[in-house]
Amino acid sequence: MNKPVNQKAWLFVMPVLVLVAFNAIVPLMTVVNYSVQETFGNNVFLWSGLMWFEELLRSDRFQDAFVRQLYFTFTILAIQIPLGIIIALAMPRKGAWVSVCLVLMALPLLIPWNVVGAMWNIFALPEIGLLGKTLNNMGFDYNYTRQAGAAWATLIVMDVWHWTSLVVLLCYAGLTSIPDAFYQAARIDGASSWAIFRYIQLPKMKRVLTIAVLLRFMDSFNIYTEPLVLTGGGPGNSTTLLSIDLAKKALGEFDLGPAGAMSLIYFLVILLASWIFYTLMMKNEEQ
Amino acid sequence: MKRFSWLIPTIYILFLMLPIYWLITMSFKTTNEILGSFTLFPQKFTLANYKTIFTDPTWYWGYFNSIIYVSLNTVISLAAALPAAYAFSRYRFLGDKHLFFWLLTNRMAPAAVFALPIFQLYSSVSLFDTHIAVALAHTLFNIPLSVWILEGFMSGVPRQLDDTAYVDGYSFPAFFTRIFIPTIASGIGVAAFFCFMFSWVELLLAKTLTAVYAKPIAAIMTRTASTSGYELGLLAAAGTLTIIPGAIVIYFVRHHIARGFALGRV
Repeated sequence: MNKPVNQKAWLFVMPVLVLVAFNAIVPLMTVVNYSVQETFGNNVFLWSGLMWFEELLRSDRFQDAFVRQLYFTFTILAIQIPLGIIIALAMPRKGAWVSVCLVLMALPLLIPWNVVGAMWNIFALPEIGLLGKTLNNMGFDYNYTRQAGAAWATLIVMDVWHWTSLVVLLCYAGLTSIPDAFYQAARIDGASSWAIFRYIQLPKMKRVLTIAVLLRFMDSFNIYTEPLVLTGGGPGNSTTLLSIDLAKKALGEFDLGPAGAMSLIYFLVILLASWIFYTLMMKNEEQ
Repeated sequence: MKRFSWLIPTIYILFLMLPIYWLITMSFKTTNEILGSFTLFPQKFTLANYKTIFTDPTWYWGYFNSIIYVSLNTVISLAAALPAAYAFSRYRFLGDKHLFFWLLTNRMAPAAVFALPIFQLYSSVSLFDTHIAVALAHTLFNIPLSVWILEGFMSGVPRQLDDTAYVDGYSFPAFFTRIFIPTIASGIGVAAFFCFMFSWVELLLAKTLTAVYAKPIAAIMTRTASTSGYELGLLAAAGTLTIIPGAIVIYFVRHHIARGFALGRV
């Protein structure tokens, strides 16, 4: 579709531009400002060049948080995407159960993030939580407030609980857009269910899967409230992901320079990921 | 194989419901029962936790605060996003692609990056601890989202609709409000739902921007958990109450929810 060129369209975009710029550009410039300055309080700021960036990139604390973040993001992707596809494939296509499934599955997505954290915190408590008590009764030594491994596992399971439905809903929308005629043709050709999945369902889901993977990638990179409420980043630093570390620096320790530098590096990673997302999605749309 | 495929969604839904069930049961238990024994059902069924919430203004005002800024945010986001989405779906103009991409980056930006500077910004214009501050701050990610979703829906409406209306003598505002908006009503519904949802679940910015008068319910919960020790029953009751608005709105958009998550692009 060829759209006409019309520069007056800028007027329509103006309100959005003003609002988002107010919220995004002013704070971003503040962050840039902090990241190149040193302060000793009293609002005295000195130029410090790229000092904070060098210090940050060399610091173990940042590197550890970054590696932990990558580890977390790829683990939840490796679980949520296949699981989401399997569940979407097994879901009923017609009838009253569809609505029931959709509403129940979407429910975790609508719960405030700190309530999700609090809910899992209670659910997994070793003495009085359903999950923790059951595991301990079965003979596992499980205490997520003290064992780093258990804390990780709980965090991953919580995220799978919270967000797999997003993948399911997207895949399901992709699957229901396949006309019945495709399946009939496949049946006439005697295609196996694997062949149907590989050559009919998977290609149809490609678009929505791209969106699912990238949304999950980015949202898991930004995750803050849930792990903070669940474990507070502990035990030790074992579940301190990037956002938690950053908030600790900026809001807790008020280390404005290092926090600014960290924000910018963090933001650049997100920017790169967004750009890949955008390019892939636009390519999908052209096809 | 096919006959047992219903098992997979069933098990998954059971897994989803378990923590929610635990939260709800706990909200009907007394603190003694929660800490003293392990019971699957409340032995001494009590509504005391809910009573505390409904009678203590600091608790129930939390809900009003949340609902006020979420509604304000939805109205502001949609009002700004509608014309912009129309411009993106119908015209080409200088820098349109870059602008569209820039909007997306704000949807993806980590709130932790913006928390401190946004706090300083809103303090400096004396909007700290007001509902409008949270509503405006949440437009950071809700406007981009609405623009993307609405643009997706609007691009599904053929241009001929616009052209026919102009031939019939409609002015642009008349066409936009009387013909175009009703045509994409479902898209507006979905966008409104997502604004509601992301404003409702977000806490970092909402908590940073408020102290007393506009404090969201979710932040009040966190405070209670940390100051008065372990009032788990109360915490559970408050948590249960935050699930209800979500459950109600999901029902209305259940068939369109996926299209919204796909940013209007399924």
